[in-house]
Amino acid sequence: MNPISFLTQMLRIAIPYLFAASGGVIAERAGIISLELEGLMLTGAFSATLGAHYSGSPWIGVLAGIGGGLVFGLIHAVATIRYRADQVVVGIAINLLAIGVTRFFLKLAFQSSSNSPRINGFGGSAAAHGLDNPLVWMGLLSAPVLAFFLYKTPFGLRVRAVGEHPDAAASVGISVPKVRYIAVAVSGMLAALGGVFLALDQHQFTDQMTSGRGFIAVAAVIFGRWDPIKAALACLFFAAAETLQIQLQGNQLIPSQFIEMIPYLLTIIALAGVVGRAVPPAALGKTGE
Amino acid sequence: MNPRRKEQLEEALFPPFVALLVALICGDLLIMSYGQSPATVYRLLLEGTWGNAYGFGQVLYKATTLTFTGLAVSLGIRAGLFNVGAESQLAAGGFLAALVGLGLSPAIPGIVAVPLCLIAAAAGGGIVGAIPGWLKVRFGAHEVIVTIMLNFVVLALLNWIVAAHLHVPETLHTPEIRAGAMPRLESVISSFHGSAANFTILIALLTAVAGWFYLFKSRRGFDLRAVGLQPDAAEYGGINVRGVWLRAMTVSGMIAGVGGINYVLGYKHYYEEGFAGGSGFLGIAVALVGRNHPVGVVLAALFFATLSQGGLAIHAFVPKQMVEVLQGVVILAVAMSVPEVRAVLRRARKPVAA
Amino acid sequence: MTGSPVTTGNRDNLAISMEGIDKTFGSVRANRGASLQVRKGEIHALVGENGAGKSTLMKILGGLEPADAGKMEVNGTDVTGWNTRQAIQAGIGVVHQHFMLVPTLTVAENIVLGMEPRSGGRFDYDKAVEDVTRLSTDTGLAVSADRKIADLSVGEAQRVEILKTLYRGARILVLDEPTAVLSPPEVKELWTVLRKMRDNGDTIVLITHRLDEVIEISDTITVMRQGQTVDRITTADTTPSEIAKAMVGREVALSSREEAGILTTPAHGGSNGAAPAQGPAALTVTDLTVLGSRKTREVDGLSFSVQPGEILGIAGVEGNGQTELIEALAGLRPILSGNIKIDGNDVTFDDVRERRDAGLSHIPEDRHRRGLILDYSISDNLVLGLQSDFSKNGILDADRIGQNARTQIKAFDIRPPSAELPARSLSGGNQQKVVIAREMGREFTVLLASQPTRGVDVGAIEFIHSRLREARAAGKAILLVSAELNEVLALSDRVAVMYRGKFATVVPASEASEESLGEYMIGTRKESVA
Repeated sequence: MNPISFLTQMLRIAIPYLFAASGGVIAERAGIISLELEGLMLTGAFSATLGAHYSGSPWIGVLAGIGGGLVFGLIHAVATIRYRADQVVVGIAINLLAIGVTRFFLKLAFQSSSNSPRINGFGGSAAAHGLDNPLVWMGLLSAPVLAFFLYKTPFGLRVRAVGEHPDAAASVGISVPKVRYIAVAVSGMLAALGGVFLALDQHQFTDQMTSGRGFIAVAAVIFGRWDPIKAALACLFFAAAETLQIQLQGNQLIPSQFIEMIPYLLTIIALAGVVGRAVPPAALGKTGE
Repeated sequence: MNPRRKEQLEEALFPPFVALLVALICGDLLIMSYGQSPATVYRLLLEGTWGNAYGFGQVLYKATTLTFTGLAVSLGIRAGLFNVGAESQLAAGGFLAALVGLGLSPAIPGIVAVPLCLIAAAAGGGIVGAIPGWLKVRFGAHEVIVTIMLNFVVLALLNWIVAAHLHVPETLHTPEIRAGAMPRLESVISSFHGSAANFTILIALLTAVAGWFYLFKSRRGFDLRAVGLQPDAAEYGGINVRGVWLRAMTVSGMIAGVGGINYVLGYKHYYEEGFAGGSGFLGIAVALVGRNHPVGVVLAALFFATLSQGGLAIHAFVPKQMVEVLQGVVILAVAMSVPEVRAVLRRARKPVAA
Repeated sequence: MTGSPVTTGNRDNLAISMEGIDKTFGSVRANRGASLQVRKGEIHALVGENGAGKSTLMKILGGLEPADAGKMEVNGTDVTGWNTRQAIQAGIGVVHQHFMLVPTLTVAENIVLGMEPRSGGRFDYDKAVEDVTRLSTDTGLAVSADRKIADLSVGEAQRVEILKTLYRGARILVLDEPTAVLSPPEVKELWTVLRKMRDNGDTIVLITHRLDEVIEISDTITVMRQGQTVDRITTADTTPSEIAKAMVGREVALSSREEAGILTTPAHGGSNGAAPAQGPAALTVTDLTVLGSRKTREVDGLSFSVQPGEILGIAGVEGNGQTELIEALAGLRPILSGNIKIDGNDVTFDDVRERRDAGLSHIPEDRHRRGLILDYSISDNLVLGLQSDFSKNGILDADRIGQNARTQIKAFDIRPPSAELPARSLSGGNQQKVVIAREMGREFTVLLASQPTRGVDVGAIEFIHSRLREARAAGKAILLVSAELNEVLALSDRVAVMYRGKFATVVPASEASEESLGEYMIGTRKESVA
């Protein structure tokens, strides 16, 4: 096995996870459950495709993708914060909605029920191993930047306080809803970038192209104990396992389905506390009555 | 009507009504974005579903699976638990039913074979439901995340078993079962010809009735609802809260599992990768819109089945994907209006004076 | 209103002036026309029983809740309806009973939260630590700025809370039950700090129901009862018993001592006070120790027994282990050690249902959390805990449940008498009657009655009291816990005062008075009780 090709492939697999997991971390640290990462990624991928298709520029695609994620993130925020809707239900609804909306407008815009026409992406030179794609760098940087933001800025401190003890934050005059709106909006944009990368990397949008990646990101958030860096490491680990599986294809030793299970099994084990309990932010999920 | 039932009905019926209105408006916009007339499209949608026997048969078929998953999710919610695992419970149930159907001799009559397959389906779903129940009771692991994660694990496991040991070459499905097939409705009512509707629908309705009886007439249902409403008061009432949680997750999984026979015994007669096709997730929507009441669940299952089948009927004019958008809109609108409606109604009502 | 607040002569001197404050939560009227006047530079005690509306009044002052009606001035400026941020800016600092600290953050992070020191957009954590350390040294409130809140003792956490307000420049400090969780040396330390602050010209409002503290530390006292302000006293001119009287005083005629004596004495032929029936006790508790949520011994090696036909009343300031005792007896809370017998049968290891079957009935202190399922109908609530008895082969017996409801609604005068109404829609008194009907309208040997008349109207109180007396006459053993001292005195044969997990005294009711018990309640007198 060629280590360079291994790393290149792992990176391509990891970038969407890294973006989405960062998005998941910030929303959940503010106390909002992020089951909608899958839908946010899908929306991001589709909006980016529209943007890139009509403008010819991948950068416009990136902006459009961020915009799409922002809109869906805000729907999630309004439903759970303003209307106190159940966060789990809303997350699942956003995922369904994203599939429906992208399919409908795929049909409307491109008269296809499977994929969009080819769009321009970034870089693509074989020699660069993907490093000529600015989104790769953004993805790699998303976790450290988020960590800086969460742990080193006043707003990050407030996000952490709101997710753990909203009453305490409110008692010192912090607007809990405002902090949560911002966190969920940022979460939407970050997760969408994961989808943007997918679409631009594959030079098209295909129906349901995120295929469960958002849930792997959810797993990474939990397995990474809601810490940006640890969640990113979980993403890299999951990506490495997948790469291994792809590169060992034909090898009958470990069936691919068992590799697929790894992130999910590890998350269940982490939640059950077999190896050090994963403790979520104390106020996670509690925006209802 | 006595005042209590009236209040309960108000709280239960307003949100779906609001949701329907919102969905209609969204639907209008989508249809018009496609340059079509909403009236025409809605008429086509109804004609293609309730307007002809085949379409109606398909609605019934789809509603059957959704009734099971909707009942499964709503039973969990009644106990205060969110079972997001109906998707894999459904698949596991279908898989075990197929396994038993494959193993039985064709000579075994349906009257024996079908119940055996049914028990297998319940066992399959029950095991997948019991795991998160046990993890919650024993370790406090949150059932939402565990059921979601377990969906992927179970589906991958089933896929591997089928791919490695059971599939018909070139396909993703097992061979056809040798015993336990459920007759189609068309065998009795010929105008259903071609539709997948089968006698599983009777089992679905029986399950709904049994669910209603269990929830509202049995002692265990009394305990289960008490735990879901106020765990502290239930504990005070001598109810074993953890036991109820474990039982509720197991039974919820069993109900979802039995839903697997609609496809496996009633339609294709084999287990196929991905046959659940989102019915488990849609079960959450069905439970939500049906307000966790068996009657509501059956009606909501019909509604979502109509949307889904209706999508096909309007496809020539508007992409069928429109209905997927509407499904999402309905769930969002109900989820958003439930707390709001309750708050408004409770504020409007004065406590009954002594 | 039973008393009108004394107005101080000079309004310019007032740090806080609240008048006619109304606040309703759902169906609970927490404040009704409450008022508070606090002079600058004094330590002002706000006293009253649980539920008297003290905390609500302070939440309104701190901008956490808006008042429904009323007027509020701080330092002479009208601040009615302000928000938290404005209150903080005006120098109000509230230390809540339940700490408003984020356990996963450090001391310094918690203290600066919301007004973080910055350098170039970054949160300057080092500066925060520095500031907090300096503030800690200056005030004598010792904390280590770098530690996580989760690792602190409650005493330290409270110092952090006070520092948090001081960091925001608070000159008016409100402390809600600050000593409830402190050890005696920590309390002494707190008093030193508060006196120092007062001497610096700061104003302090202290919410408490411990009268010894009030006497020791405060300059002025405001007494609240049932959402209203009933008295304003200068501390130097008063005694604990006078304050206690103002706190619990009640206009219910039947709870006068004379009437209680008339009702109790004949029932036991002059043996009032001694255990009425010699012979086997109905409830025997031996050496019971129960841990609270903070792993402290909330019930500490308690032994007692209750005879058939006897009411043993437990008086005491709330939070001295009464809740834990009752929950442990009911099987709702694990015990550390000890033994519980009902009618001679050991039930120590039995669960809730088995104890019920052994003859235990239980009126829980919180009917909204424990005693009722608010969305269940009256008829269903009347069988909660008895659902097995009201079902056949696992199926609820609707006829008998309905029959039971009709009987109990009639016998206990539950209004409105419609069995299908959800318990939520009843008034407090009728909700409590549902609980009492269920627990007393069946065969039982021992009754645990915890705050049986809390939050119910006068008519229901009289009804409940007469039911308890009837049960005693019928030979039931009753363990009564009440925060209402006169209720305990009116009903009990023997009175125990619970103080810090132990019985400070047990005396025949005939020998007890509010004055004599008061000193045991506040811990100034103790005697060893076997």
